[in-house]
Amino acid sequence: MALTNLFKRKASGPSAQARADRGLLVFEHTSEVIRAEKILKASGREIRVMGPPPEIQRGCDLVVEFPLMEKLDILRTLDEAGIPPMESVPVTGPLLDPVDLFQVKDFGNHLMVRAANMKLTVEKKTRTIVNVSGGGCPDVPYIAARLIGRTLDEAPAPREIGHTLCGYALELAFEEMRRLCSS
Amino acid sequence: MLIVVGTIPDPTVPVLDALVEVAGNALTVGGRALPPDRGTPALLAAAAMTCDFLGENPPHALLVGDEGLGNGSRALYRHLAEVLPSRRCTVLAFHYLQPDVDGHNRVLMAAQAMAGPPALVADAGFMYAAKMSGYAGEYALFTPDAGELAFLADEAAPHPFYTRGFILQDEDRVPELIQRAYAHDNAARCLLVKGRVDRIADRTGILAEVSAPSVEAMEAMGGTGDTVTGMACALMASGLSAHKAAHVAAQANRYAGEAARPTPASQIGELVPHIPQALARAMGEIL
Repeated sequence: MALTNLFKRKASGPSAQARADRGLLVFEHTSEVIRAEKILKASGREIRVMGPPPEIQRGCDLVVEFPLMEKLDILRTLDEAGIPPMESVPVTGPLLDPVDLFQVKDFGNHLMVRAANMKLTVEKKTRTIVNVSGGGCPDVPYIAARLIGRTLDEAPAPREIGHTLCGYALELAFEEMRRLCSS
Repeated sequence: MLIVVGTIPDPTVPVLDALVEVAGNALTVGGRALPPDRGTPALLAAAAMTCDFLGENPPHALLVGDEGLGNGSRALYRHLAEVLPSRRCTVLAFHYLQPDVDGHNRVLMAAQAMAGPPALVADAGFMYAAKMSGYAGEYALFTPDAGELAFLADEAAPHPFYTRGFILQDEDRVPELIQRAYAHDNAARCLLVKGRVDRIADRTGILAEVSAPSVEAMEAMGGTGDTVTGMACALMASGLSAHKAAHVAAQANRYAGEAARPTPASQIGELVPHIPQALARAMGEIL
């Protein structure tokens, strides 16, 4: 029975998967870690301060563990506080890089840019955003409703209104689209 | 019966636990109108149209408002852990939710305590959480696109945003990525991989492919993946196996897209009214 297996696996203690949705914020100085901890805890986020894994021992000797899906929102909070981290990486793959490959498709009157799981489509003549597709985090429909029907110049950047990694991927597609449409 | 779990992009909406009602193009859950323009409402609209076409009861929805901060999703995770063990359904489908491994595991345990238990389907954020949890094999069906398949195939990736460069989101590599996802136990028992060619697969390999009609504009439209998942869930709830349901849904989605004559600027609401005719044609050909 599947339920029995689930209990067995859970009873075997925390696995790598148990922290697969966590990320690490790396700062230059310990004082920044302490300030970041205070700010993020005060905003109700589930974070903790810990020692870094060997792969990322290049900043100070403490890192902040945070919910990776909320990366965009947390980075914005720390930016506003004047303590942006040097780096933010997944706990289970601290050497993984964010996607940096774009796929571009030209439909004739429309242009589509894809970054990771997110797609953004623009009418070339008017630079109006006509579609947002893909993604799985709940800010995607929220951002889509605010982008569709607006031009690339009028629309808010996804980094300003998004909160998650899908929002982050959409920001990359948005920036690439702006670059392509300005050249 | 089908239960659909997901979110809507309005943080003021509390947990809704009610039957879906459809009248014309209008979708209502718990007295609240939900435009089926994208995301979970698009999935629900397609599922409700399919249930109606099949003469089945409408889906039941468990929804919450969440704009991406995760507060609504966490409230819904708590609600699900509490109420699911006393509920009954044949298919339980999870859609846009903030991926959270701990929340996922609690919900999975509650789902497996249900009578039956139901076949589980995951798409969007909950599929990400299911893969990250290590329990992907407990699910009957995942419905990834090519980018999400690359994420399932990359055993180290915590989210499609971090899928490693060596696993390119290239549709020509889909068969190889399916094998890799199963090799690392990061796939449901059946996969519907949506793309230029839709592929239905299990651990033994590719079971069916759907490539025509090819409606290029659908690649840009938001919500086409949601409608195909909604149809597949409803077909499973009517008694079809996951792979037959996925096959029919993939074909019907293309027929509905063809009938809607979309451009890359079309919205998913334009496709939904064509679902009944598209299903009739696809079921006649495949079943």
